[in-house]
Amino acid sequence: MSLLVPDTGLLFWMTVSFGIVFFILIKFGFPVITKAVEKRHDYIEHALEEARMAEEKTAVLHSQAQTILQDARSERNKIIDQAQDIKTKMVNEAKEEAEREARHRIERAQAEIETSKHLSIISLKDEITGISVKIAEKVLGQELEDDEKQLALIHRIMNREVVSKV
Amino acid sequence: MLKNSNIIKVISLLVILPFFTTGVARAEELNVKEFILEHLADSYSWHITRWGDREMVVPLPVIVRSREGGWSLFLSSKLDHGAEYKGFSISQEGAYSGKVVERNGRGEVVRPMIDISLTKTSAALIINSIILLLVILPLARWYKTGTMKPTKGFLGAVEMLLVDIQDEVIKVCVGEDYRRFSPYLLTAFFFIFVNNLMGLIPFFPGGANVTGNIAVTFFLAICTFFTVNVFGNKAYWKEILWPDVPVWLKVPAPLMPLIEIFGIFTKPFALTIRLFANIVAGHSIILGLICIIFITSSMGAGMNTGMSVVSIIFTCFMFFVELLVAYIQAYVFTLLSSVFIGLARAKHEAHAH
Repeated sequence: MSLLVPDTGLLFWMTVSFGIVFFILIKFGFPVITKAVEKRHDYIEHALEEARMAEEKTAVLHSQAQTILQDARSERNKIIDQAQDIKTKMVNEAKEEAEREARHRIERAQAEIETSKHLSIISLKDEITGISVKIAEKVLGQELEDDEKQLALIHRIMNREVVSKV
Repeated sequence: MLKNSNIIKVISLLVILPFFTTGVARAEELNVKEFILEHLADSYSWHITRWGDREMVVPLPVIVRSREGGWSLFLSSKLDHGAEYKGFSISQEGAYSGKVVERNGRGEVVRPMIDISLTKTSAALIINSIILLLVILPLARWYKTGTMKPTKGFLGAVEMLLVDIQDEVIKVCVGEDYRRFSPYLLTAFFFIFVNNLMGLIPFFPGGANVTGNIAVTFFLAICTFFTVNVFGNKAYWKEILWPDVPVWLKVPAPLMPLIEIFGIFTKPFALTIRLFANIVAGHSIILGLICIIFITSSMGAGMNTGMSVVSIIFTCFMFFVELLVAYIQAYVFTLLSSVFIGLARAKHEAHAH
């Protein structure tokens, strides 16, 4: 039955040892540990929160960058399209201009050709006229060499002219 | 192959073992009940083992104050084998069996006025307290520098246990101002846990039945008792002295208050007995199972071998159970203390019911 009776000597030692242990631990042990653990707990929570916020921020930034990129891309496409348009327009214009110029030149050349043709025809006519006059002179000179021939001619012409008139 | 050879070794050992034990056990018949009670009880010296004919005993100081007055301090080895020293001896029978007694003027055998001898349990208590400090203080030192680095290894395990008890038991059960009580509750937890574990180690400096000693559990329960009643708030005392029950239960005869006041004392009593009984039971079962080996030694080698195997298997199993119990009982003590403190600190919500 002595098992069930608390021994006073042991109670004394228990009081002493538990008291000392309790005092030391309450002074240097548990509060230090629990405070540090709680501090670390807060720190970790804080860090996690910050990390979460940073992540959100990067997500926002990323989406912003994405939109900027998208904008830039569409802008680029627009610019390229515009450039394409301008290019085709310029080419067309240049083509038209060239055509017009060419036509103009051709027309002018034709006009020139026409004029020069005209002129050459005129000069040719003149020449031919000169030549024919000369020929006529020569022919006439030959025919009018002697009087008989001159008279024969005069007769012939006279006949023709007078007969036709009468 | 390795596994097989190990099994063969174990079996051969178990076959050989009984021949050693028979030699010992035949010398004196084993009284199981005495053997177990002797191991559970406190003693003035720390018996480690017997090596051949020599007893290996750590003598411990006996500190007594005689009824005639005057302190005496001497080693327990002076009182070995019923020897008398300065009028003191260890009683072998009667009401004071196993205790230091003295003979008073009229020749009667009485206990000394004060006996604060450093007994086996007391010595173990001090050793375990030092171990406890060696477990907790390094962790505190780690954090004292304000480091945020997590602890590693053993310190990490201690911290895990500590944080678990703090968060899952104390914070939940005590309520808002748990910070005020957590150092006591944590001390109680680790004190019980370390003592329980040391009690499971079968050789010096473990093996003392500290938390299975009623003085120890009684003291711890008294601490909780004072904490509860000193820090109990108005609502707690009102609940005891003027509980929320029909008036006829309190006015002519204070029936409910009486029951409630009785309840104040049953709580620490329950704490005392629960821890004490659990540890004593565990130790008794392990000792009893070990005894099977020695009891069956007189029944022949075959029987003894068989029973030794059974005994060792059961003992191993019990050791695992006891490891669990060591934690659970420390946990339960802390949990109940937290609940009692929490109830005594509760802002009165019971009114709503």
